[in-house]
Amino acid sequence: MQNKNRNTLLFSFLTLSLVLLLLLNISLGSVSIPMKDVFNSLTGGNASKETWDYIIVNYRLPKAIAAILVGMGLAISGLLMQTLFRNPLAGPDVLGLSSGASLGVATVILGAAFLPPVFASFLLSSYGIILASSLGSFLVLLAVLSVSQSLRNTMAILIVGLMFGSLTNAIVGTLTYFSTAEQLQKFTFWSLGNLGNLSWSSIVILSICVAIGLLLSLVNIKPLNALLLGENYARSLGMNYKKTRLVIILATSILTGSITAFAGPIAFIGLAVPHIAKLVFQTSNHTVLFWSTLLLGSIIMLICDCISQLPGSDITLPINAVTSLFGAPIVIWLLLRKRKMMN
Amino acid sequence: MENKIILQASKISIGYTSKKVKNVIAKNIDLSLEKGKLIALIGANGIGKSTLLRTITGIQKPISGTVSLNKKNIHEMDFLNLAQNLSIVLTEKLPPSNLTVWELIALGRQPYTNWIGTLTDNDIAKINEAIALTQIEHLVSKKHFEISDGQLQIVLIARALAQDTPLIVLDEPTTHLDLLHKIALFKLLKRLTQETEKCILFSTHDIDMAIQLSDEMIIMTPEAVIQDQPCNLITKGSFNTLFKDEHIVFDAQKGRFLFT
Repeated sequence: MQNKNRNTLLFSFLTLSLVLLLLLNISLGSVSIPMKDVFNSLTGGNASKETWDYIIVNYRLPKAIAAILVGMGLAISGLLMQTLFRNPLAGPDVLGLSSGASLGVATVILGAAFLPPVFASFLLSSYGIILASSLGSFLVLLAVLSVSQSLRNTMAILIVGLMFGSLTNAIVGTLTYFSTAEQLQKFTFWSLGNLGNLSWSSIVILSICVAIGLLLSLVNIKPLNALLLGENYARSLGMNYKKTRLVIILATSILTGSITAFAGPIAFIGLAVPHIAKLVFQTSNHTVLFWSTLLLGSIIMLICDCISQLPGSDITLPINAVTSLFGAPIVIWLLLRKRKMMN
Repeated sequence: MENKIILQASKISIGYTSKKVKNVIAKNIDLSLEKGKLIALIGANGIGKSTLLRTITGIQKPISGTVSLNKKNIHEMDFLNLAQNLSIVLTEKLPPSNLTVWELIALGRQPYTNWIGTLTDNDIAKINEAIALTQIEHLVSKKHFEISDGQLQIVLIARALAQDTPLIVLDEPTTHLDLLHKIALFKLLKRLTQETEKCILFSTHDIDMAIQLSDEMIIMTPEAVIQDQPCNLITKGSFNTLFKDEHIVFDAQKGRFLFT
């Protein structure tokens, strides 16, 4: 019962932080807008300057929503991977899913020139890129999964994931070698990760994809809890393992694929956030972890985006650099702290 | 008498079939597991105990013959129905997680809960009953990785009890335990069959103890699979067929193996 009170308190605190960070995130940028005006503008009123309203609605708000969607989606797909592979070091980037998505996008951006124009224009649309990117991560995940079936060793699964990552990176490298400077620039910008530049229509598409992915994860909360005991016990508890695994893979591919398509391959969120959630809430129960991972994912992504604005300067850092700077030390710290849990 | 039988295997052959080759490990096996009985499965390493367990728990199909659980063919039951009739305790290590002992036992209620796993009052009563039966009240708020191997084994048995199935199958539950904990575990299993009317089947290498405590034994040898009461098996001299080694002899008087 004490746990329940603690969880309620934590959830309220996190929700409040999320709202404050959202306001802070929108107020920061090359033009800094006071929080009070941000609040007025978002709640239907007007900011004290008309240009501020324009900036908020067309640039800052979509970017903040993108950050929240990316944070939620990647964090949840990390949680799914960690439970499915029974491996605390699993995550969309570690298992090569982001690389798979990159391969899909690279094939489309860099290879469209070789296709008839009708196909090329479809593929270069946001739908085409999402499809290619989801397909890329789906294929890599299937490959990792099929190899991991014959490898019971969890370390081996990670190494296989890394190898698939290198393999897809090599193919991407080869593709870039044969592409024009213009294509290359487009791909490089994409690969640095970017939360801005998303139009409202892209935000809508991304929201739908993330919502589908999250819904598929939500209906699997019970089987995910069963999987905490391992595959054999989960089966003996009445779980349809093959079906569950397929749905989890689908959810992860849709989440990672669509997010990577729009925002580029963003590192460490998927790996680090579920651990922070497990540490803060001291539980493995996915009913609690699902919501806490969602909240913490959005919060951490908003913080990373705030940092990438470098408050007080005109420079914007690539978001991928910030999440890595932020995530890598956290993972090392977690490993040192939680040695026991990692076996 | 008929309605006492929970699981029945008639004329089953077990083994693996790959593309062309049929690898039969044992054939013509007849087993019947009855309510309230503690049954030990013994046999030398590599004789096919695990294959037999896998076959009668529905994980693997027999090459021929049928296994029926509560009069239904186990290999045609759906996952949920099977989970409500049969629970298992394995020796494999649990994956790393933050699960507490209470949460771990509560997972045993999954075959009965709704889509998101909400525990009803009835579920909580069953969980507490399982905890009381196994006398592990002092462990419930510990994390599962904080307790000893012997304690974890009992917690996993409590989980199977919470699953509330007429049949519980344990795969070598005494393997990693010292003598004291082995005896405690055997006595617990014995008490559970008496108090709950469940049937408990377990495989083991602790033959002496199994002879003393189990109601029936299933002996697997390359020639045959025999099920009977331990005293009958002793009179029949079945234990001497267990190991093909002249240095190991079963002493029927003392009820244990002697080696020279």
